[in-house]
Amino acid sequence: MHGTHPEPSLHGVLAEFRTPDELLAAIESARAAGYTKLDAYTPYPIEKVLDALDLHHSKVPLLTLGAAIFGAVAVFSFAYWASAIDYPLNIGGRPLNSWPAFIPATFEGAVFHGGLAAALGMLVLNGLPRPHHPVFEVKRFVEHASKDGYFLLVEAEDPQFDVSAVRRLLEGLGPVEVNDLEN
Amino acid sequence: MSIRFDDVRGADPIAQPPVLAPGHTPASVTERISEAVTTKLTKTPKWWLGGFAVGFALLNVFLFAVTNLFMTGIGVWGNNIPVGWGWDIICFVWWIGIGHAGTLISAILLLLRQSWRNSINRFAEAMTVFAVACAGMYPILHLGRPWLPHWLLPLPGTLGMWPNFRSPLIWDVFAVSTYATISIVFWYVGMLPDLATLRDHAKARLARFAYGMAALGWRNSSRHWANYEVASLLLAGLSTPLVLSVHSIVSFDFSVGIVPGWHTTVFPPYFVAGAVFAGFAMVLTLVLPLRPLFKLHDFITERHLQNMAKVMLTTGLIVAYGYVLEIWAAFYSGNEFEIFMVLNRFTGPYATQYWLLILLNIAIPQLLWLKGIRSNVWALWAISMCINVGMWLERFVIIVVSLHRDYVPSNWAMYSGTKFDVMTFVGTMGLFLTLLLLFIRFLPALNMFEMRILTPEATKAHGEEK
Repeated sequence: MHGTHPEPSLHGVLAEFRTPDELLAAIESARAAGYTKLDAYTPYPIEKVLDALDLHHSKVPLLTLGAAIFGAVAVFSFAYWASAIDYPLNIGGRPLNSWPAFIPATFEGAVFHGGLAAALGMLVLNGLPRPHHPVFEVKRFVEHASKDGYFLLVEAEDPQFDVSAVRRLLEGLGPVEVNDLEN
Repeated sequence: MSIRFDDVRGADPIAQPPVLAPGHTPASVTERISEAVTTKLTKTPKWWLGGFAVGFALLNVFLFAVTNLFMTGIGVWGNNIPVGWGWDIICFVWWIGIGHAGTLISAILLLLRQSWRNSINRFAEAMTVFAVACAGMYPILHLGRPWLPHWLLPLPGTLGMWPNFRSPLIWDVFAVSTYATISIVFWYVGMLPDLATLRDHAKARLARFAYGMAALGWRNSSRHWANYEVASLLLAGLSTPLVLSVHSIVSFDFSVGIVPGWHTTVFPPYFVAGAVFAGFAMVLTLVLPLRPLFKLHDFITERHLQNMAKVMLTTGLIVAYGYVLEIWAAFYSGNEFEIFMVLNRFTGPYATQYWLLILLNIAIPQLLWLKGIRSNVWALWAISMCINVGMWLERFVIIVVSLHRDYVPSNWAMYSGTKFDVMTFVGTMGLFLTLLLLFIRFLPALNMFEMRILTPEATKAHGEEK
């Protein structure tokens, strides 16, 4: 908390619901009220929540594709350079660029880089590792978010954000409890 | 999507046993599974301590065998010319094959949206990682100079040479190291949400800290789940061709050579099917005792056992087809060395091993056609043990029987493993058992967040999916 203006230090307002349906209804109400910076917390991925929050634009596939192509090109070029240019071996007059023999390593190079990019890309895009976050200050969040609690967060970054209005909206939706999150 | 969530409620017209026992909620699933991990160290079950003692003792047998190998040399093993590959590569292929069922269960069944895999995938992935660790020991130990494994990698150095990219053995280095890396990544990424669950529910401070660090701050945010689901699918999509490529490349180690019995095009699919066959047998071997020990009957139901038995039966038949095709190809080729190889398998000095392999891998698994056998845990366990042994014998027959009598009779010799071969193999079992027991004690052995998806509450949230 800094001085007399508590709003700028707020991260947002978090409400807990009992069921996925209540959470979905809450997301709809919050969106209808014009809020855009919303995040939901569910103990398992729920397709409908991702739909409601319009989260189907992951950049992970693009990263993975890029890395896999890089891996394939890098390994193949290296195999070609090592076998045909840097250390050419004439084996019974067979071609130095024996490309079919380079394919297994090339394929593995693509999978290796693509797989690492998928995993690391997921972490980086999610802003992880980040050991602490304001939501962890809420006791019920720690106890239930990874078990049976369904949470909706309206972030303070939202252009329309106003603590009392957000609280009023969320409290009207029948939550278990509503908490202000401090940064 | 075609996830058959209605199976959970037992409404399936074919009336199969449910994939999750009725009456579970996301909370009850979480509590039941995390219980096994979060109990106090002083309350560790006796069977775990006993198992760990055995595993750790065997691990020390491995240490002894390897120390002796390093001090004396490869001569302590039984391989020599003409049988230059013996127990070491038999066990390498055996372990790698076992690992493949883990990838199949976690990746291919994920892509096929088989929700029954949700309770066994984590365990199977762990099995893959540990089996690959055991497999990886053999090529390195067999190097002769095991302190120089980096020579296999294309690293710039004073040698002034590069690995031969035309050699299947180098393909193997790329395939197995990629497989190990991606398996570990897939396993860890899959565990992230569950590590966060353990962070939230562990009682001990140190445990909360350790799981918290491992969970990297995962907080079940929908923004996280959106990227996470895509990344999981991509990893599954990459692992699927990867697992097929790994055992195909392992089979190239043989089929690119001109030894009779090796030089055939049937090897890649035949090896892959054999790997899945052996891997499912190993999953059953391990899961059947763990189910009563951890009281997991609600999560690993009869449905899982039935399905795994059916996969074993199917892949076993593909393997049987491979055996038949090997014989047919030898006679069809008209090549006297190939024909001799087949007759030598039937009636030669290693005929016992060959016929035992046919009995264990083809004849006995046919019992799985009977529903009564598939639902009998004792019978299922016995059959899976038969397959474990049978698949080891298969590699023995392929490797040793082909090598010991190839072209020139003056070159023929008999082969047998030494006590150090046996100790190394038993020792890797110790390594596997040690790692596996540490895993089920300290990490979530069942996938909690995917099990939550199978509860009626979550099924309802998925609404339209029938």
